[in-house]
Order: sequence, then C-alpha cells, then structure tokens
Amino acid sequence: MSIRMVAGMASAEAGPSYARVKGEGLDTTHGAILYLEDISVSFDGFKALNRLSLDISVGELRCIIGPNGAGKTTMMDVITGKTRPSSGTAWFGQTMNLASMTEAQIAHAGIGRKFQRPTVFEQHTVFENLELAMKMDKRVAPTLFARLNSGQAGKIETILQLIRLHGQEMRLAGLLSHGQKQWLEIGMLLMQEPQLILLDEPVAGMSDAETARTAELLNELRGKHSIMVVEHDMGFVTEIAGQGIVTVLHEGSVLAQGRMSEVQADERVIEVYLGR
Amino acid sequence: MMNTLSSNEGLFSRPMWMAIAAFTVLAALLPACNLVFPDGHILHVSAYTVALVGKFMCYALAALALDLVWGYTGILSLGHGVFFALGAYAHGMYLMRAIGQQGQYHSSLPDFMVFLDWKIYPWYWAFTEHFWYCMALVLLVPGVLAFVFGYFAFRSRIKGVYFSIITQAMTYAFMLLFFRNDTGFGGNNGFTDFKTILGYSVTAPATKAVLFLLTLAFLLAALVGARAIVCSRLGRVLQGVRDSEARLMFLGYNPLWFKLFVWTLSAVLCGIAGALYVPQVGIINPSEMSPANSIEMVVWVAVGGRGTLIGPILGAFTVNGLKSWFTAALPELWLFALGLLFIGVTLFMQQGMLGLLKQWRRGKAAGVDKEAA
Repeated sequence: MSIRMVAGMASAEAGPSYARVKGEGLDTTHGAILYLEDISVSFDGFKALNRLSLDISVGELRCIIGPNGAGKTTMMDVITGKTRPSSGTAWFGQTMNLASMTEAQIAHAGIGRKFQRPTVFEQHTVFENLELAMKMDKRVAPTLFARLNSGQAGKIETILQLIRLHGQEMRLAGLLSHGQKQWLEIGMLLMQEPQLILLDEPVAGMSDAETARTAELLNELRGKHSIMVVEHDMGFVTEIAGQGIVTVLHEGSVLAQGRMSEVQADERVIEVYLGR
Repeated sequence: MMNTLSSNEGLFSRPMWMAIAAFTVLAALLPACNLVFPDGHILHVSAYTVALVGKFMCYALAALALDLVWGYTGILSLGHGVFFALGAYAHGMYLMRAIGQQGQYHSSLPDFMVFLDWKIYPWYWAFTEHFWYCMALVLLVPGVLAFVFGYFAFRSRIKGVYFSIITQAMTYAFMLLFFRNDTGFGGNNGFTDFKTILGYSVTAPATKAVLFLLTLAFLLAALVGARAIVCSRLGRVLQGVRDSEARLMFLGYNPLWFKLFVWTLSAVLCGIAGALYVPQVGIINPSEMSPANSIEMVVWVAVGGRGTLIGPILGAFTVNGLKSWFTAALPELWLFALGLLFIGVTLFMQQGMLGLLKQWRRGKAAGVDKEAA
C-alpha cells in the first residue's frame, strides 16, 4: 500500500511477474506493451474516438478517466477487437497488430478484460472458478483427463490470498457479495496470465470498504502486471494512481496526461470533468 | 492443503456406494430367484417381474444419458427417444435376420418384406446377419446422427427452447419416416416375433437372465463412467456451459466441442439402452419415436432430480412403476396422473426426489445440531 513507485520500474517484491516474462510472440523490448496511434472510430458520423494516441509501458498501472461519452469503453473495445478502428493502428508489443486480429486471437495473445458486470460461475465454488480460468490446454480431451498438479494448486492458493478470498475457496461463487465477485473475476483474469489487464470500472457498485480493499489489491498488482483501469470514481483513482500517469479522455481523444496532482490542476480538465 | 476438493474425493460417498451395491445385489437376485426357485415357491420371482425390471433398467440408462445433457450441460432434448429407438432398430435388424425361415411365410426375408413383395434385402440391410456388425451400428447410428445434428445446431448457436423444439421435430420426422412401409423397417408394426439371439432362444428364462444381468452391468458402468465425467474438470466446464456459456468463451474454451462431446455420448448411451431393450421387450416400432415418449424421458429425469445421475435412475423406476400399476388398475387415469406428477414436480420439488431426500437429511442434521446445543 505504501509502496509508491514510478510506473514501469521493476518491483522489488518477489512473486509472479507475468508482465515481465516475454510471452510467445509478444515483443516488449522497447518497454511499451500497448501503442495506440491516431485511432479513430465513428458510429454513423459520431466520432467515438478521434485520433486517439496512447501508450502503456510494461508493468504500468494506468488510470483512464473522463466524463461519460469520452470514448473509454470504445477504446477498450478497440483493444480487445470487439470494435474495428476506422483509421489508425493499435500495436500490442512491437509486433502484433491488434486491428488485424480477432477477439479470440487477442485474448489468446494475452489481453484480458474484466467487464463491468461480474459474471462468475455461480454454481461453482470459488476454487473451481479459478481452476476453470487457469491457463492450460482447453480442448475437450485434455480437459477430461486433467489433474490438478501441485504447481497449479499453489498458483490458485496465491491468487486466493491476493484477492482476499482465502478460506472461502469452497463457497459457491453465487453466495459471494458483489465486491467479492468482482475480486474473484479479477482473480480469474490473473489465472489466465494475461500480459495486459483491462479493468472496466472495477469498483462500480461496491461499498466504500470494498472500494478501499480493491485499491489495496490493485496496488499489490502494481509493477507485476501491466494494467489499464477505466474508472469514474475519482477518490478511487487518487488512491491507486500514486505517482503513476493518469490519462484524461475527452470527446474521443487525450485531453491531458500526467500525475494525478498535475491532472487535477489542469484547467481544461477542471472545466470538462473535475470541476463539475 | 485443499483436501476438500471435489476432484480429490471418491466418485461417490460411502453411503451412496452402499446403496448402489445393495441395488446391484437385489437386482441380480431377481433373475436368480426366477431360475432357481420353482413356480409357487415363496421366493419365486415371476418372469413378468424380471422382464419388467429389465425394461425399467433400460429406461434408467436412457434417463441417465439425458441427465448428462440436460442436468449438467443445460441442453434440454425433447428427442432422445429417437436415439433410443435407433439403437433398438439396429439391434432389431440382427434379431430379424436371426429369425431365418421360421417366420410365417418361411421365407429367408422377414415377413414384412414378403408382404411388400420384396425379393431381396435392400442395400442398407447388408451384413446385418452379423451380430457384431449390428452392435457397431447400435453405437454408430445414434452417435453419427447426434454428431451431425449437434454440430450444425451448436455451431449455429441454437440454444434453449429453440434447440428443444428442433429435437422434437427431429424425432417426429424419424417417426414418420419409420412409419412408411417402403422405408424397409417394418412400417407401423416395426420388428417383432424374434426367435433367437446368437443361437439362444430369446424367450428362454436363462437368455432373459443373461440379458437382464447385461443391462444391469451396462447401467452400473454408465453410472460410474458418467459420474467420473461430471467430476472431472470437463464436468465443470459442462456445468459452465449450462450456467454461462459466454463467460466460458472469454476463458478460452470453445463450447461447441464440449457440447458435441456430451451430446454424442448421451446419444450413444441411449442407443445402447434401446439395444438392450429390444430383445427383452420383444418389439420395437416407430411409436417409440413419438414426441410423447421423449417427453416422458424428461419427466423421469425431472421427477428423480436432474443433475444428480442417481436421481434420473430413481425417477425412471418410480414413474414407470407407477405407469405399470396405473395401466393395470386404472388405465384411463394414467395420463392425468403423469400430468399431475409433472406439474407437482415443477411446482413443489424442483430438485426432484433426490432433492427432497437431501432436504430431509439436512433437516435431520440440523435437528441433531439443535439437540446437541
């Protein structure tokens, strides 16, 4: 919690560090994991994204804020392949062009996304949810004969600690609180060992206590994973942004970028968003 | 560590194993008592009872197969009767050939072909005089039909009630096809009047006993096998298909192949049930493919408790036991009773008989806790 480091700096803490491991085909030699260049998306003439340029470094925790309709969700849709950009390029690492990949290919390449509404398997236990999400051969025959080995069990254990559901692994996911379901879903995302994690409003609908714990959780993930958080809740963003970069979107492009304190002092930002 | 994991436990709990063992011994005693004790002896079991229980076990196997797709994967099939009947017809072809020239017309062709004035067997009857070829058909015909039908339905993402309706249409279409005399499967009379199987008389008590025990063995093997599948990680994926298919796709699973696997397996099990049914009951005709029969299978599963494997077996026995009693005692009331049963189960015991049993045991456990406190 107290560790506030510049985004992208190596973490001194031990633990799994998925974002640092160079994945198959993902080339992050230049330190950036995601480049968006001049991305435009228009829906019937309405420009949801207007020449948006943005890059995320390896291990960075980037917060994206902006008023409604600023294009935050559209940007996530472009990154995950759900929406095709009308112009511009999106690169994952140095070599993968996201615009030419399908949703499944992008997910497979290592971009994991958490949607706003939690969708865990309610009839499965917390443990089984994590097990199903685990990175492994997901075809029929390997799944039928799969046995949990000690390494995998250990990994689930680690994630359970991280998402604060340790001791509850045998509970049915449907019995968890809204906040716990959100954490479980973040845990399921982590089980897939994504290179880049996109979180869409992770604290929407959470109680204050749950929001605070989610901030703690994200602070623990800082430096170990590359994470992009889209959020409305300013208090929460202040909590997790630390010394990291915050990007403010407005009308489909970047309005301001910098540390939280700088952004909050920016007059244009105050005008469109913070001052309201 | 986490030794409470479901996958690390045995397939069944100890009491469940005991119940299964008790059922097996009791069932196996039936044909033995029929053979050993003479008629009139207090321990004698009538041939009628043996045949009846044998038939119920075939139904139980079909119900178990249906539970795999409905209870665990959430695919409601209203057409499983077609797989059952196709398995029965495949075995029936061998049984018809085995009649030889002992038929009414003493021809080497089955009576219905003589009646149609056919001189030779149609091409698709080739090799059916070989028992093992027909046994292969028992597995292949329902399996291939289910695979092809399932592939197109699941690939087109047909789900829920729409899928149920087209399975219903499928079994209806097959029923109409098999009702035609020209289809070459005996029209509305189907196959009957069997004489021998592998050289043994199908009516001999010893043959019936062997068929009964085979059915019991298949039912037990299917139960243990199905349980192993639903307890595996694949079983949890299937339940994921049932609860949130979209989520499963985000996790990188392709639901198509998982659904096809369980759907085809279920159809093959149903085919085996039909193949065991036909020599014991002595007849197979297209009415087995009528939509009502498939719906009745769903009722067995619902009554017993879906998603439990044991429940559908209990359900098949209970509903068919009631049916036997009603059709003998109050035949005109049976359909009303069936309808009431289905409504009652849907309204008051959605977990079926097994759900009631669990509730009762939990209540008893709670009562014990209260006394202890």
